[in-house]
Amino acid sequence: MNNSPSHSLPGQALAHAVIWIGIAITALPLYIAFVASTLSNPDIAQAPMPLWPGDQGWENYRTVIIEGMQGGHLSPPVWLMLFNSLIMALVIAVGKISVSIISAYAVVFFRFPGRMFCFWLIFITLMLPVEVRILPTYEVVTDLGLLNTFAGLTLPLIASATATLLLRQFFLTLPDELVEAAKMDGAGPLRFFWDVVLPLTRTQLAALFVIMFVYGWNQYLWPLLIVTDQNLDTIVVGIAKLIGTGDATTDWNLVMATTLLALLPPALVVLLMQKWFVKGLVDSEK
Amino acid sequence: MATLALNQVKKSYGIGPGALQVIHGVDAQIADGEFVVIVGPSGCGKSTLLRMVAGLESISAGTIQIGERVVNNVQPAERDIAMVFQNYALYPHMSVFDNMAYGLRIRGLTAPQIRARVDAAARILELAPLLERKPSQLSGGQRQRVAMGRAIVRQPQAFLFDEPLSNLDAKLRAQTRLEIQKLHRELGITSLFVTHDQVEAMTLAQRMLVMNAGRVEQFGTPEEVYERPASLFVAGFMGAPPMNLLRHASGVRPGTVLGIRPEHLVIGDSGWDTVVDSVELLGAERLIHARLGDELLTIRVSAQRAIPDLGQALRVQPQPEFIHTFDAATGLSRS
Repeated sequence: MNNSPSHSLPGQALAHAVIWIGIAITALPLYIAFVASTLSNPDIAQAPMPLWPGDQGWENYRTVIIEGMQGGHLSPPVWLMLFNSLIMALVIAVGKISVSIISAYAVVFFRFPGRMFCFWLIFITLMLPVEVRILPTYEVVTDLGLLNTFAGLTLPLIASATATLLLRQFFLTLPDELVEAAKMDGAGPLRFFWDVVLPLTRTQLAALFVIMFVYGWNQYLWPLLIVTDQNLDTIVVGIAKLIGTGDATTDWNLVMATTLLALLPPALVVLLMQKWFVKGLVDSEK
Repeated sequence: MATLALNQVKKSYGIGPGALQVIHGVDAQIADGEFVVIVGPSGCGKSTLLRMVAGLESISAGTIQIGERVVNNVQPAERDIAMVFQNYALYPHMSVFDNMAYGLRIRGLTAPQIRARVDAAARILELAPLLERKPSQLSGGQRQRVAMGRAIVRQPQAFLFDEPLSNLDAKLRAQTRLEIQKLHRELGITSLFVTHDQVEAMTLAQRMLVMNAGRVEQFGTPEEVYERPASLFVAGFMGAPPMNLLRHASGVRPGTVLGIRPEHLVIGDSGWDTVVDSVELLGAERLIHARLGDELLTIRVSAQRAIPDLGQALRVQPQPEFIHTFDAATGLSRS
């Protein structure tokens, strides 16, 4: 036991070295972005770029958050874009979960003609990425007059086959006797869903929320198409627009600042939800 | 508290010529407050029958009455019965108290009423210190008691038990059996108990419904079923070790089967010529397995008796007043 590789000093040193290299590789781009966001524009342009944070940090962030680039001509203030992204991601996450959980519940706990047909129909749409159905969807959204609205931004993205599939698989693991005991107790389908199924699904919902939120936050193609009013831009689209404008030099320090701000909300969501996963795993047991 | 009546109850899966009939016309009248055990081998339809009484399976033909009411089309929750499942079926995210209170809350009882009923049940089942725990923090036996508590608080007209002891270890099973007996003495509620274990059936039942392949073979008290089995199946099923069923011994008329229990065989100077095949030592008694022609006999002897050698010849005589005769073709009793 004492001489096994994992307990010897060289072994431990090697393990730590590997871990640190891994962290360095993942964290380096973030670090460079952070440094860049604290420098002034000329400083960034010089090669090599200094690797130590500068003193322009507060100034850059303030400009970007409150004024946007070039006084709001190139981009709206970041707080507005962050807000748009937040609304979009939240609506998509909540919408996806709501729709999927109800479909999964119907498919698993009820018997009706065409049940499996409906399920396979939902399942097949998994094979259709956004890009494939984007033109028809654009037409429909335009015809409904939903261009440049939050509804147009979020509604088409709310149907989710992945979530339905995941939740269906989870519901199938709930023992039949649980349903029968609830029947004997007099719980109808809605009551059973609210009192028994939902509390037991907490971990899955937390995991799904994180996935869906990040998915919604990172949407690029759809918001780009749908939104032409600058004030409705999401942060992801906003960042892309800041780069390569052609007629003016890119303020990379401001771009980096914006990027880092864009990273914060999803990171926060993941960190916060982690607590829920673990809590759920420790608490629940059948 | 009510009577239970099953009138020509049948169950089939599917319709038309390809339908599979699993229950073939069961008739049973159960008295108010009676503890009836439905016993039979796996697949005989006993759980299906119970679930039809509960309302969890539809009834293909015949009627089921709880009290005076025909409940064929009544929802499970409206039948005024309570069920205890084999796997407890407790709500994992609710405390013991909430598990027991759930059905009452749906019924609309007030909080004080619920509190009173749950506390009373907890007292009977010794669950009071466990009321705030979650099922995952309880042992198997405790969980089963919570499941029974959930049934008791409903103050139903009948209890339905679906093999509730099968998931418990042997010692716990014996203990919980006694608790169920005590419960029935105290509450006196009509009970239907399904099990495949004939020992459970013998000890708990006031009357037993012995089932085989969807049919009732016999419906009587444990004594009747044990001492006067109505068919070959019942004779061979009840009793451990099972009754000896002989076809070719001398004295057995062709076309019949002779049944004699291991404890009713006497080793002496006259009778059948057997050869000792093996001996089982059970502490308080011994089981001698002896070969009679091409059939094997089991003889129960006291531990005081000397252990015979393997291959030793033994003369075994059945006590005439305990001989059972069965028709070989139909399996029915002739004695």
